[in-house]
Formats: sequence, structure tokens, C-alpha cells
Amino acid sequence: MIKGRTCSGFLFFMDSVSLSPSPSLPDSSPLIEFKNLSFGYGERMILDGVSFTVPRGKVTALMGASGGGKTTVLRVIGGQAKAQKGQALFEDSDIGTMDSQGVYALRRRMGMLFQFGALFTDLTVFENVAFPLREHTDLTDALIKDIVLMKLTAVGLRGAQGLMPSELSGGMARRVALARAIALDPELVMYDEPFAGLDPISLGTAARLIRDLNDVLGLTSIIVSHDLEETFRIADQVIVLANGKIAAQGTPDEVRHSTDPLVHQFVNALADGPVRFHYPGNTVEQDFGSGVVQASSHAGGGR
Amino acid sequence: MSWYKPSDVGYGLRCKLSDWGYGARLFVRLMALLGPTLKRFSLVRDQIHFLGNYSLLIISVSGLFVGFVLALQGYYTLQRYGASEALGLLVALSLVRELGPVVTALLFAGRAGTALTAEIGIMKRDEVLGYMEMTAIDPVRRILAPRFWAGVIAMPILAAVFSAVGILGGYVVGVLMIGVDGGAFWSQMQGGVDVWRDVGNGFIKSVVFGVVVTFVALQQGYEALPTPEGVSRATTRTVVVASLAVLALDFILTALMFSI
Repeated sequence: MIKGRTCSGFLFFMDSVSLSPSPSLPDSSPLIEFKNLSFGYGERMILDGVSFTVPRGKVTALMGASGGGKTTVLRVIGGQAKAQKGQALFEDSDIGTMDSQGVYALRRRMGMLFQFGALFTDLTVFENVAFPLREHTDLTDALIKDIVLMKLTAVGLRGAQGLMPSELSGGMARRVALARAIALDPELVMYDEPFAGLDPISLGTAARLIRDLNDVLGLTSIIVSHDLEETFRIADQVIVLANGKIAAQGTPDEVRHSTDPLVHQFVNALADGPVRFHYPGNTVEQDFGSGVVQASSHAGGGR
Repeated sequence: MSWYKPSDVGYGLRCKLSDWGYGARLFVRLMALLGPTLKRFSLVRDQIHFLGNYSLLIISVSGLFVGFVLALQGYYTLQRYGASEALGLLVALSLVRELGPVVTALLFAGRAGTALTAEIGIMKRDEVLGYMEMTAIDPVRRILAPRFWAGVIAMPILAAVFSAVGILGGYVVGVLMIGVDGGAFWSQMQGGVDVWRDVGNGFIKSVVFGVVVTFVALQQGYEALPTPEGVSRATTRTVVVASLAVLALDFILTALMFSI
């Protein structure tokens, strides 16, 4: 039987193949809580005194410019990075103080979807989804087959079970990885840029799947994404990270109408603002000489 | 001209020390994982197939040609002293004690070691190893250990195949083409090759080389920078480091075995 996990969600899942959102969520206490957490490499702080909660059963989106610390948040939750200050709590237990056994036990309660799927290229779609089941459980082959086919049905790829990852499109690979991420019925699923490089149809499908699976299976989801439209559409809570701090936090509507200049720049996709277009370096005079600056200022350019 | 500051040297040394420390810890872990790995023998079996069977052709063909050349060169030297009947002994001892383990290890590093490094490096680049860590599946236990022990098991078998095919090659050239007496060829070999001193020493060498080549290949892949350039450099380093380590260790092992 499954070691340390129960099969909750399977039966629930079977009678709701239509994947309609469930209106009521049992418990809205936070699953994850960051308390004044700081993380950095040497002098450079990636996260600087960040506090937020991830409510159970909700979809939380982490957004912000590249290098803003979004992926670091996922690494801290997964126990791959330890905070220098503050706490990261998973159901009131501090992830930072866990030993490797504790972290591994915790990770069994999480699923993660990597940016490009991270599928095993030498295994079929079926075997990829079966992989965590074979590694973590002693289930019989017949039971594993049922579970895998159920998960593949949920992402619409039961027909593709015999294909190799090289035969899949980017969107399909992402959906297989999603089926694999939910194979062990995790409580939390983390998505690291699930929409990167997808065409509009695959993108819409992936976004809808994330929302529907969250509601039907009673998951808690954290999405790191740059895609404003789709993310705002499916998220319950949006956290915008910038320069290691939280620039805005709230429902998608609240964030969209935020007056913070940085959030404004981000939400409206402006090239220049608090996040500079030009990478810091020498001034134009230093690099080109003063003559060029005068000429370019006549032409209306320069910095 | 730029001068190195003492702190640069210290920093470089510390980086190297930490690399070696990581390498040593990985080695100890792989050794300790022998039991759990053999419990899931199907994983090891698949890798023996991948590393061993697919290396058979290059090992056999190389062994055949090395045997041909040994017979020619050996005959050239031996017939000066009127000892050409000892050709079988010379070919067998050269192969079993020295050329079998060493040449097989060099070919294994080029054929299977590079494949291992590239495979692990690309798994790292594609975040497959990261996925496994995040799913509480230890990549060292699940991916590295079966490959390591498969390499250690495959290597002596390949070396034995190399030596056997080489001896047949020596027979073809020495007896069938040059005309050395066939009975003398085999009986001198039978009388002069000692199972423990000669075959045993060769076996120990091939096991040690199997450990070294497979470990270097896996470690280079595991530590590779997750970029196309990083994986390509790691693959090159596998061949360079593994080959040099095999040749240096061969000298040390031979010297030790002579002293016993």
C-alpha cells in the first residue's frame, strides 16, 4: 500500500471526470506560511523579510520580474534552500529545521511541475506517470495501471500512453508532467512557469487544468508564472515579488489596480519604470565619448 | 602581466578541496549503496545491457586486432632466440595481465563512460534530477548507483572477452598464418599462465578500472554545469581523467602485484 499516504481523492476524482469546480472548500487555514523570511547568497539577498500565507485549497500565483525570488520561494518550500532568517511553515512545522528524513517525508506530500516537464526521455508516457508510484509504493501492477490511466484521463492524454516524450508537443509534455505530479495525490502542487513556450490553445488548456484539478482533487496550488492574462484568470491570490520583497498581494483584481509604480509597470508590461530597461553600467559618456552624447541628444535618444 | 594574490590561490585551493570532498562523499555513498542496488537488480541488469552489450562489438574487434599485432611482434622478437613456440604464452600473458584490462578500460571510457556522462548531464539540464529530488526520490540511489554497479560488473567481463578474442587473434596469425606449431602454442600457454597470479591479477585490475572509469563518468555528469557547453566539457573530461587514472593506476597496481 502507499507508504505514508492514503489514496484519498481517487474515488472523488472518479465521479467527477467532467472536472467541474467544487464550490465549497473544507478548510481555509494556511497550508504554508512564510514568517519574515530572508534568503540570499553572500551579500545578495534574494528574499528579504518576506511574509505571506498560502491558504489551503486555493491557487496562489507568484509573479514578478525575473530574478525576483519566485523560484527561490519554491525551493524553500521544497527544502532545497534553507532560509537564513525567519521561518517557512508547512502546517505549522518549520521546514528549515527539518532533517533530510523530514524533508523527504514532506516532499512526498508535494508534487512539482518543472518548466519544460522534466520527463524521462527513455520511458513512455505511461511509465513516466507510473514512476513515482513505482518508487514510493508497493502497489500491484494492475492498480498502478488503473491509477496511471485515471491521471492520464484527467489531463486528456490516455490515448497517448504509449508515446515516447520525444513524440509529444510542448503542451502535451507539460500535461504528462502534470499527470505525474498528481500521481501520488499530493496536498500541494507547485508549478514552475507552467505556461512558458506554449501556444495559445495549449496555454488555455494547461491553465484550465490547473484550476480544475486544484478544485476537484482538493489540492493547494502555487504557480510561478509570467503570463499575466492566464494567471490572473485562474488565481485566487496573487503575490508580486520585486527586489526580494512583496510589492503587492491580494486578489487578481486588487493587484491589477495597485497604485504601486513597480506593480503598475509589471501589470502593464512597461519596458521602463522602477525596473530599469538599461542594465547598470558605465554612463553613455564613458562608453561613447561626449560627442556622441550631444549628437544623440539632438536626435532625441540617449540616457 | 597580472599577479595572483595569495587570496586567489587560497580560494582556488578551497574550491578544489570542496570538489574533492563532494567527489569522495559521492564515492562512499555509491559504495554503501551496493546492497540496496542489488535488491533492485532489474535496474542494474538494464544498465549492464546498455553498458556491456553495446560495448561488446568494439571490445571484440579491438581485441582481435590487438591479438593479431601481438602475434606478429611477438614472433619477430621470439624467433631471434629460437623461442617462437612460446608465442602462445607471450600473447596470453600480455593480454591477461596487461592489455586486456587496460585497453578495455580505455575503450570502455570512450564508449560507455562518455554515454553515461552525457546522459546524467542532460538529465541534470532537463531538471529530471531536480524533479526526482523534489519528489523525494534520491537520484544517487535511483539513477547513479545502478549505473555504477553495472559498470563495475560489466568491466571484468568485457576485459575477459577482450583477452579471449585477442588470444584467438594471436592463434590465427601465429599458428594459421606464420606457421608456429599449434600444439606448442596452446601447451606453452596452458603451462605458463597461472590462474591466481596472472588471471587473478588481471581480474583485480579490471574491477579496479571498472570502479574508476564508471565513477569518473558518473561524477563528471552529476557535477556538470547544466548547459550544452557544460555537458560537452564534462564528457571530454571523462575521457581525459578516466584514461589518465587508468594508466597511472595500472602502474601502481602492477608494481604492487610484482612486490607480492
